[in-house]
Amino acid sequence: MTLPLRLFFLAAALVLLYALPSLAPFFYLFIATQILILGLFAASFNLVFGYTGMLSFGHAAFFGMGAYATAMLLQSLHWPLLACLLVSFAAGLILALVIGFFCVRLDEVYFAMLTLAFGMMVFGVAHQWRSVTNGSDGISGFSVGSLGLGLDFTLGNPAVYYRVVLVIVVLASLALYRICNSSFGLILRAIRQNPERVAFCGLNIRLYRLAAFTIAGGFAGLAGGLMAPFLRIASPELAHWSTSAEPVLMTILGGSGYFLGPFLGAGVFVLLETWITSLTQSWMLFLGIILALMVMFFRRGLLGTVLDALQARRRRRLP
Amino acid sequence: MAGLGLALLNSLDIGLLLFIIAVGLNIIFGVLNVINFAHGALYMLGAYMSFALMAGLGLPFWATLLMAPLVVAGVAILIDRSMLRFVYQREVADSLLLTFALLLILNESVRLIWGTGIHVIDPPVPLRGAIDLPGGLSYPRYSVFVLIVGLCTLLGLWLLFNRTRLGKIMRAAALDREMAQVLCINTRLVITGAFAFGAWLAALGGAVAAPMRAIDPGMGDKIIIESFIVVVIGGLGSFPGALLGAIVLGLIHGLGGRYLPDANLVLPYIGMALVLLFKPHGLMGARKSA
Repeated sequence: MTLPLRLFFLAAALVLLYALPSLAPFFYLFIATQILILGLFAASFNLVFGYTGMLSFGHAAFFGMGAYATAMLLQSLHWPLLACLLVSFAAGLILALVIGFFCVRLDEVYFAMLTLAFGMMVFGVAHQWRSVTNGSDGISGFSVGSLGLGLDFTLGNPAVYYRVVLVIVVLASLALYRICNSSFGLILRAIRQNPERVAFCGLNIRLYRLAAFTIAGGFAGLAGGLMAPFLRIASPELAHWSTSAEPVLMTILGGSGYFLGPFLGAGVFVLLETWITSLTQSWMLFLGIILALMVMFFRRGLLGTVLDALQARRRRRLP
Repeated sequence: MAGLGLALLNSLDIGLLLFIIAVGLNIIFGVLNVINFAHGALYMLGAYMSFALMAGLGLPFWATLLMAPLVVAGVAILIDRSMLRFVYQREVADSLLLTFALLLILNESVRLIWGTGIHVIDPPVPLRGAIDLPGGLSYPRYSVFVLIVGLCTLLGLWLLFNRTRLGKIMRAAALDREMAQVLCINTRLVITGAFAFGAWLAALGGAVAAPMRAIDPGMGDKIIIESFIVVVIGGLGSFPGALLGAIVLGLIHGLGGRYLPDANLVLPYIGMALVLLFKPHGLMGARKSA
């Protein structure tokens, strides 16, 4: 596809998404809100996995951290939502900086193991530090007052909250896209392909990996901050490793080689989840089976597989 | 002083149990070059399997101790032949993803088959109660049994890897798979065997732990994190490292639980972080190029 055509499709999709509240019933609005938030979460994960080549199994730690930050601020200080989200972003960023400092020191096997371990530490703290996090009950019973910036929205209305989420997710994704396609993002991709060579060029790989991990943590925190008012609760499960499995599956499902892959994956994931949980309780079993099949046979994800097939067809048609 | 002695003994039995599980993780890593994220799930499967054999078929404890790990090893062979073999030749991330998917599948299957409730099995009669130690202390008989099983495993593994041809073959395949292949070693068989053996060890740990810990669907999660901490502290792929790491973590639990109960949750992570800061490849780890 040529660039103008791509932009046209993207703009059409955005207009459609913005008009969704007047087109679809409430039920689909909830699903769409969830897709957008999880899409941002998965895209932040893909900055670490698809771009930098590090497989993190503890990304939910930052998501949970962001959710708790917003929930606690809303509950005790009644801050406007935008201010809470800013804190969520910063909280995810700082937590990722600290955890990342220990995780990027060695190779990817260690990285995967350490991110899972430290992620479960965050879960454990959220689960057991009752005086601050309210233990397994989580933080609930907060309400979103104002948005901030003097804008007067009724955020309790799902349609309004959906549009706010849409705008924030689109802006955050644009920022993430800029980062992925800057010279910094290029270096990350080079590190994924051949870390030794990048090191020989005189670049500090560990520092770049840490930077990617930290930025991803910030965006995951922001996604978590958006999730808490949507779920009306911040519970330890948001930081559990099974939540970390979600962006992994979404990214693999959509295609880790594309910026929009995680968003597509999030869409398919949430629709599948809604469908399967209406049939059976064991959604996680299906999640595991789908992940295994995708890894074994469709490693390039839905987007990658479709685009490859299209390209192969075009090549066959040209002599 | 007496309390300290007891805490040390407790650390030792936690440590040896962790060693059985972590060394399986190390063997799988050594030969397959993959961290098995489903290792905790296999441990859990071992515990559930011994519960099922005991409650369902009415087998005695000693028989389940023998059979449950063998059943799990059989499951591991199936897993290896039906899933893992597809990604042997691919980059490490794919195998990690696949064992992670396996973790989801096994965890949820256990939940589906045995429910989310807690199951309990009793230790056999000779292992109930406590024995008296000099100094007015008493120590559970079952912990003595865990110590014996742990030490036997330790000795058995040492003999296997240092005194038998099979152990040498496994070490050769771990060291250089292609070279081993050139020397007429059937590396595919060794890989499957190593995975099954690692799973057997995990399930043995599960079967041993079943009578002293509650059997619930969350037990695998706890143990996989602990084994990760063990191998990071000891050094990934190192046999003595797994022992040292397990004993260090056992001490952290045993002494930390006694003297710093509030910090007990984060102490293992602090220990791991300290090791990563000063000895990134673990206390006994060889410095391989990353």
